Amino acid sequence: MTDMASLMEDRAAAKVISDNLRKPVDWDSPKIARNIKKRYAAERRFKIYGLAAIFLALTALFVLAGSIGSKGYSAFYQTYVQLEVTFDKSVIDPDGTGDPEVIGRANYDGLIKSALRERFPDVTARRDKRNLYGIVSGGASYDLRERVLENPSLIGQTRSVWLISGDDFDMLNKGYIDPAVPEGDRRLNDQEVGWYNELVADGAVDKQFHARFFTNGDSREPELAGIWGAAVGSFYTLIVTLALSFPIGVLAAIYLEEFAPKNRFTQIVEVNINNLAAVPSIVFGLLGLEVYLNVMHLPRSAPVVGGLTLALMTLPTIIIASRAAIKAVPPSIRQAALGLGASPVQTVTHHVLPLAMPGILTGTIIGMAQALGETAPLLMIGMVAFIVDVPGSALDPATVLPVQIYLWADSPERAFVEKTSAAIMVLLAFLVLMNGLAVYLRKKFERKW
Amino acid sequence: MKKTLAVAALMSVAFAGAAEARDQIRIVGSSTVFPFATAVAEEFGKTTSFKTPVIESTGSGGGLKLFCAGVGEQHPDITNASRRIKKSEVEKCAENGISEVTEVKVGYDGIVLSNSNASEQIDLTKEQIFLALAKTVPSKDGQSLIDNPYTTWSEIDPSLPDAKIEVLGPPPTSGTRDAFTELVLEEACESFPVIAALEETNEDQFEAVCAGVREDGGYVEAGENDNLIVQKLEANKDAFGIFGFSFLDQNGDKLQGSMISGVAPTFEAISDGSYPVSRSLFFYVKNAHVGTIPGIKEYLAEFTADKAWGDEGYLADRGLIPMDAAEREAVRNAAMNLSPLSM
Repeated sequence: MTDMASLMEDRAAAKVISDNLRKPVDWDSPKIARNIKKRYAAERRFKIYGLAAIFLALTALFVLAGSIGSKGYSAFYQTYVQLEVTFDKSVIDPDGTGDPEVIGRANYDGLIKSALRERFPDVTARRDKRNLYGIVSGGASYDLRERVLENPSLIGQTRSVWLISGDDFDMLNKGYIDPAVPEGDRRLNDQEVGWYNELVADGAVDKQFHARFFTNGDSREPELAGIWGAAVGSFYTLIVTLALSFPIGVLAAIYLEEFAPKNRFTQIVEVNINNLAAVPSIVFGLLGLEVYLNVMHLPRSAPVVGGLTLALMTLPTIIIASRAAIKAVPPSIRQAALGLGASPVQTVTHHVLPLAMPGILTGTIIGMAQALGETAPLLMIGMVAFIVDVPGSALDPATVLPVQIYLWADSPERAFVEKTSAAIMVLLAFLVLMNGLAVYLRKKFERKW
Repeated sequence: MKKTLAVAALMSVAFAGAAEARDQIRIVGSSTVFPFATAVAEEFGKTTSFKTPVIESTGSGGGLKLFCAGVGEQHPDITNASRRIKKSEVEKCAENGISEVTEVKVGYDGIVLSNSNASEQIDLTKEQIFLALAKTVPSKDGQSLIDNPYTTWSEIDPSLPDAKIEVLGPPPTSGTRDAFTELVLEEACESFPVIAALEETNEDQFEAVCAGVREDGGYVEAGENDNLIVQKLEANKDAFGIFGFSFLDQNGDKLQGSMISGVAPTFEAISDGSYPVSRSLFFYVKNAHVGTIPGIKEYLAEFTADKAWGDEGYLADRGLIPMDAAEREAVRNAAMNLSPLSM
């Protein structure tokens, strides 16, 4: 019936066209020429608009990446100072026990201080000495301790050692402190700059790859602060999020798409899921605070709570993506399976789900990437915190990468500016990796129908 | 199936964990005290056998709210504050069973008005700042209150530069803003007779006038991030910013502090009290937790040691303005004896 009707319509349309065709068109007439010119101009304009849009987006991206990169690359290396350190036996191991416990407790800070005093013997005033000790970071004593514990034969010897420098000297060496500005206006006074120049002249200042940035937890000393603690926190949080939101999301999507009757109830559920996907993340944070902390009494600041909260946030994303992926599996696959005697559950688990998996995984990874970049809900559950210890489980207090960026961006010390940018680079690298994985999975398992 | 099992396992571990005793100090509170408290916490973690305390930056008000929520290990042990605890908060604490709280004054923090050091340093009185930033100001003849008409500094006083009034500062949720309002605007407004007269006749309006900040672009709320304000001042030579002294201290090569009533914000001027816009910083300890949560007393000892909060301590390096030796001694004794606060 409908076929007949459309056939009649087609015929009528064809007649109109052929009637017009009968009149010869003068392609050289000025009217047509104008018309064609206009059409070409419109085409060109459209292309220019498109190119301009892409150009703008790319410029914004380059400016962002450029400013982050130019500020942050210097955080990947660190200034080291070479000093003659005497591993004084009377300080490290006065009784000659060789006991690692005794050696471990020794005052390595004192060794570094006396090495600095020997290097600059004319510094006597108390205040100047304090400035002098600032050349070397407070963390350097731990390096010395490790070194001696590893190689006890050092005790009693004098060796030249490269020690990690303090943050102000690092900034000076990297050119962020300008020695040309008046003395009172900079962090380092003329005497300190003089020491620096003397050390440089002796070849005792060097830049080395800053591995600590990747292996340490947070610290208030910029030169000791690292992102490992935050990265581990992010890892635990995402694991919890994934373990919870992936199975629940996929099950919900399968049920809604394959089994649920289409009635008012499922419609309401559907509208709500779409709505939840647009709810600001801070709302999930408040919910997490109320439910997980106040009612269930889970530990504050723990990745498990962060993960549970972020799972709520990513669930709608995963459900929507999974439903779209399941819908894209052609009905013929289901019909064939059912026709061969598979039960509805077998049809779904053996055929529909494997075919929908690339789409589901893509949606899940994008949801996870979103969760990785989230800070607002974590504020409410206490993950925006200064935490030095690297978390050992999902129950230890932890923070996550974007929160670490926020905390560093808010720190007064100049050296944290480069750390902030470097941490942003690391976070971006993770996001690129995750999105790249999503693209790879899609390309690898995608089926064209 | 495996996944659901994993989830079940995770959940059960989570609940088991909640039942375990906490062996780590938890601290919440002011973002102004945060840089100092974290420095102490890190040193404490390194030099003692206790775990490094976990410190959240929640703001003074938010911190006290969490702190006063109850006794027990799910509640924080210590809260930092950039203002003194309020009577209402002490009552709230008492309602929730927290009867004994120890107050520890840490030192001072100056609030500075500063600009790029490519411009000239200016000297303002509190009244001039009020005229520049308040929403309603007295008219020129001093008889009535009008909406703030001043757009350049020179309109307020011819000796000031002929530059547009543009001040970047913290939003109302910030402790720095509270302190700035209290120490500058509210003090200045009483010196105008027409506003002072209001105090008798219409107290609500009096308070609104004194604390009201202009919203026509002269005062720009720049968010809680002081580093952001520093960057904007570098870019805009005419703009001024309001933030804590430690940010001026770290950025002395780019910024200069404006003098207030002839006193420049320097370390010495703030510590001897001659710089007029400074406030005290505190933290509060829940006495009931001392003994239950390990390390609180030792943390107090670390914070109140001269190597931390003394004149040459590591907190002074970070911009904390120390109290004088006698006051430090008194606060230290009170803290170590856990003498409860009484208001």
